[in-house]
Order: sequence, then structure tokens, then C-alpha cells
Amino acid sequence: MTTIQAWDADRALVRIRELEHLPGALLPILHALQDEFGYVDKAAVPLVAGALNLSHAEVHGVMTFYHDFRHALPGRHVLKLCRAEACQSMACDKTIQHVENRLGIRLGQTTDDESFTVEPVYCLGLCALSPAAMLDGKPYGRVSPQVADFLIDSARRRQ
Amino acid sequence: MKIYVPCDAAALAMGADAVARAVESQIAARGLDAVVVRNGSRGMFWLEPLVEVETGKGRVAYGPVSVEAVGGLFDAGFVDGKPHPLCLGLTEEIPYLKRQERLTFVRCGVVDPLSLADYIGHGGYRGLERALKLTRETIVEEVATSGLRGRGGAGFPTGIKWRTVLNTAADQKYIVCNADEGDSGTYADRMIMEGDPFVLIEGMTIAGLAVDATMGYIYVRSEYPHSFRTLQRAIQLAREKGYLGANVADSGKSFDLDVRLGAGAYICGEETSLLESLEGKRGQIRYKPPLPAIEGLFGKPTVVNNVISLATVPIILDKGAEHYRDFGMGKSRGTLTIQLAGNIKYGGLVEKAFGLTLREAIYDFGGGTASGRPLRAVQVGGPLGAYFPESLLDTPLDYEAFTAKRGLLGHGGIVVFDDTVDLAKQARFAMEFCAIESCGKCTPCRIGSTRGVEVIDRIIANQDRTKNLEVLDDLCELLLDGSLCALGGLTPYPVLSAVQHFPEDFSKPAPSPSQTIGIQKARLQEANPWH
Repeated sequence: MTTIQAWDADRALVRIRELEHLPGALLPILHALQDEFGYVDKAAVPLVAGALNLSHAEVHGVMTFYHDFRHALPGRHVLKLCRAEACQSMACDKTIQHVENRLGIRLGQTTDDESFTVEPVYCLGLCALSPAAMLDGKPYGRVSPQVADFLIDSARRRQ
Repeated sequence: MKIYVPCDAAALAMGADAVARAVESQIAARGLDAVVVRNGSRGMFWLEPLVEVETGKGRVAYGPVSVEAVGGLFDAGFVDGKPHPLCLGLTEEIPYLKRQERLTFVRCGVVDPLSLADYIGHGGYRGLERALKLTRETIVEEVATSGLRGRGGAGFPTGIKWRTVLNTAADQKYIVCNADEGDSGTYADRMIMEGDPFVLIEGMTIAGLAVDATMGYIYVRSEYPHSFRTLQRAIQLAREKGYLGANVADSGKSFDLDVRLGAGAYICGEETSLLESLEGKRGQIRYKPPLPAIEGLFGKPTVVNNVISLATVPIILDKGAEHYRDFGMGKSRGTLTIQLAGNIKYGGLVEKAFGLTLREAIYDFGGGTASGRPLRAVQVGGPLGAYFPESLLDTPLDYEAFTAKRGLLGHGGIVVFDDTVDLAKQARFAMEFCAIESCGKCTPCRIGSTRGVEVIDRIIANQDRTKNLEVLDDLCELLLDGSLCALGGLTPYPVLSAVQHFPEDFSKPAPSPSQTIGIQKARLQEANPWH
């Protein structure tokens, strides 16, 4: 989360040019833009559409179909909490509720100080270590409310 | 001397990276002649991080190892396999592993996933070597004879799929690996991709030779960033050593691979939706026919197989179809990779010949619930699988046996729930999940799932309960019969099985106003801003 750059059309075009030759290049391009800027800016739509010879609507349609692509900058830390069945069987609801109360936001929202975005995720493949979570791309198992507090506190200390 | 600390995402989730760093600093501080190898996971997750040391007698396991325990392990002489409270003895002798029949997972957790030398040293690329001496038809026949069925969930015979692609003439064909393992309770694909990626690469290469495809794609879900990175590096290594590219293993034949990242859409595990996504489109499912085997990726004949199916091909070619077929029961041949998950004491991967019962898997391997409370329900086969009560636990883990009980074996994931579970809530979630993940192409799934949530809310709130249960039944019939794919078509399984086996959960007094539906509805919308 630390290497994210502010939106810049020229930089975006460089990333688009690197990938536009791939068969089925749209998802790789959208991922690259999100990696670079933390989200996919609306202004990217005409650039991508032009490069791939698609309509704006087609690019917009793909961007909005997939849960991953963000339309705004997330918080400095992104905490994904699994709420699929295996985690439900180990009381992920309690962890989620605890995190929501502690940060004062609901799943899918960002805190006012932009420090945390909390998102639901449907399975991280850590189903023998439920409840599972991912903080800034790192996986965590057995995430009780206490472990969630520890993760939030240590992320806050990092920045 | 080698010390193994897993790099599997589940081991990392329990702190394996910090343990590896601690082991390395102890090695340096003590001036020992030892290296740390980052292996995959053995699949015994309650023991992670599971650290192993190589000794004259074999590998000795210690676990679960915390950073704090590392110094003590060195003091106790664990580098020589000496006793310690965390010592589990020889890894291969741990009963959980010893009672398994590991064919697909034979190297997982054993080798360094990014060492081609290690892979070849443990029997890797012998399947390809044999395949290169056979005709295309013979390779396909071998896979057909083995009885291998698609391990992604549908259980379609792999050989028949391959034969269709082989017999379809085209200037270009593709092999696509479905690594969009979205079912809760499953992680076998992830373990292979992170623990033995070359076996998948070899399996896809053999598939390419068999059907005359020169290009393959692995579509990995974005929730698996570690798998994605491991595969990228493994493909690069295989290419450098001539196992991928224009001249595969000096055979003059060409096959190359690319790995692509999904973007958080469960529906992309459906094969036609996955193909749309690979082509750079919305992951909306396609009408069938035409089958992907005739018109698949970019309109060309395409083999679409699950990770485990493809990763099983090398051992079939290496040991022969009969060797593989001799495992299993009835029409379910070979081994099943069972994944024990949820509220279970010893959660992990169990690869066994088909035929083990659900009860044996949960109690003999899994040790019952993690909470110690009585087991009440089991969901097999992911979010679209039925909820089974205790009385159905003697069902054998076999495709046909599960179908006969109106269940779904799926990808082999078993999620255990204790007696705190509320099946009305689980049924509601099944509909909610379908609403969140529906691709929107067909009406029964797109609208039926949202209506399903509303109907179950009314049942929970005790509004015209009898009538609404009838409506739910009717709605489920519509979803079953009228949906285009398995998402809408199978969502009734968890819902109806919950109603059928746990009717008492649908006849409780209505919850207090603070727990009512309005809040839950708001949650659904917030959790899912694009729908």
C-alpha cells in the first residue's frame, strides 16, 4: 500500500502500452492500473477503450462487474474479512462486528481518517484456520476479535 | 542440512515467515551449516507452522512452532531430530499422513516448490517423458481409461473432454486451467499451486500434447496472490529449462503457458464465465452448446480442467491408467482430495481413494469439532452443496452416493458446524451469496436469489410462515429448472436441505426487533456496492 502513486494519465498510458498486446488484455490492464494507483480512475476508461478498440461502455461494464476493481482510493490499510461458510462456522460474524464497531464503519467502507478500508471476502482458501483475514495482502488465520485488534493496532503503528 | 519452513499461504497465516526468519538468525548466530527451505504445506493445518529437519532416519517434524519456541528448539538439538515437547516424530509416520493415499499430492510439502531439480528428483516430468513417446490418441485413451473425472465439482470424465477437443479440427487450440477455487471449505488447488506448481505445468503440457494445443492459460482467483506469484515464477523456470516454449523437452513440440488473475467474481469458476473473463469481458456465462471443447477460448476448441484434474495427469501417465483406476469405488476412480474445514479440530487435506465415509473423514481424521460441542450440520461441496445432518454422515464420499442423497461432492470441501449453527441463517446466506455473485444473465438466478433472501427473511420473522415456505419451495424449483448454470441451479441445494433436515430452525419464534431484517438488508447492499 505504500508504493501507490497519484493518478497520472501519462503513467497510466505507459502501463496500458505494456499490456495492450496480450490476448484478452483488459483484466491485466485494469489490475495493473489498480496496482499503480490503488483504484481505477474514471479517467482511465477512454484511455483503455482507445488502446483496446473497445467502447467506453464495454470497459465500464467490465470495471463494474468485478468486485476487485475500486472506483476510489482505499484507506492506507485494506483489511479483508472472510464471511464465507467455513469462517461462519467459527464465528466470523463476531470478528466482523467487532471490527465494524471498533473502526466505526461497515464492511465496504473506509474510515474518515482514511486509515482503514474493511472489505468482505468470500473465501481466502484458509478454511482450516477460520476465521480468516487478509491485511494489506498478508494472510491471517484464527482471527478472533482479539487477533483483529492486534492486527489493527500493529498496522496503525506502522503508519 | 536442511530445515523446512512452509511458504504455503495457510502456514504464512499462522506466522511461518517470522518463524523462517527466526530459524535463519539462529543458524547464523550458532554458526550452523544449515539452510532453510521453503516447502509447501503437508496439509495438517492445526500444526502450522510445521517445521521439519532432515535427519539420517528421515524428516522429523515439529509443530506448531511459534517464533518464541525457535530458540528452545535449537537448544534441545532439533537440528539432529532430538526430542522436544513440539516434536511429532518422523513426518511420514504421523498417522494423519500415513493413512492417506497421496498420488496427486505426493510431493506437496515435501519439495521446494520452485526447484525444478527437486521436482525431477522426486519423480517429476516422468509422465511427460512417457507421453512424448505416445500418440495423441494413446495419451487421451490413457486418461480415459484411468477413470479420471473433473475434480472441480461436476465430475465430468476428463478423457471424454480431451477426446472432443482432439477430434475437433482447428488452427489453434487451448488448454485452460480453472484455478478459480471459490468454494468455501476448499483449498486443494491453492496447496498444489503453492506447494508443487510444476506438476500442474507438466499436466497442462501433457494435455497440450494430447489435443494438439500449443497455448495454455491458468486463471487464478485474486484471493490467491501467493499462488499467482508462485506460478509466475515456476512458469519462468520451466521456460528457462526448456520444459515450456517452442521445443518442449527437445521434442520439437511447442507449448507455452500464461497465468492470469481473476478479479473477485465467484461466477468465474463456471467454465464459460471463466473463458469470457480470460477474453477480457464481464464474467457472464455462455449458452451451451457450443461446448468449450468445440468453441472455447477466443472461439477455439479448449480443454477447461480444474487444477487437481490437470495435476493428476502426470502420475496417470507415469504409473499407467490401471494404477490410478485401481483406487476408488464404483464410477469414482482414483483418489479424492478431501478438505476438512470450518469447525473442525484437525483441519487439513486428506487424499484418499474414493469410498471413505463422511463420518470417517470428520472423526477419524478431523477429530470432531474444534469447539468440542456436538456436530450439527455438515456442508459438503462449497456454497452450493447441501447441508447434511448427523444421520447422513455414513454417506460415502463418492459422486453418485452424494447425488443419491440430494447432495453434492463438488470439489471435496467439508465444512463442519457445531450445534450453535442456525440453518435458517445459513439458508438465507446461500440466497444472499447467489444474489451477490450472480452474473445477471438469467432471470431465475438474478432476481430469484434476491426474492429468496426476502422470502427467508419473512419465514424467520414468522410472517405467514407456512405460505412462505411454499413460496420458497416453488422459487427453488424455478431456480433448479430455469437457471442457465450451476450457481442459480444449485443454490436450492443448501436452502432446501436446510429446510428438509433442520425444519426446527425454520419454526423458531421471530427474533427481537433489534435483529430484524432491515439491518441485514442494509448490510447486503453495503457489502456489495455494485449490485
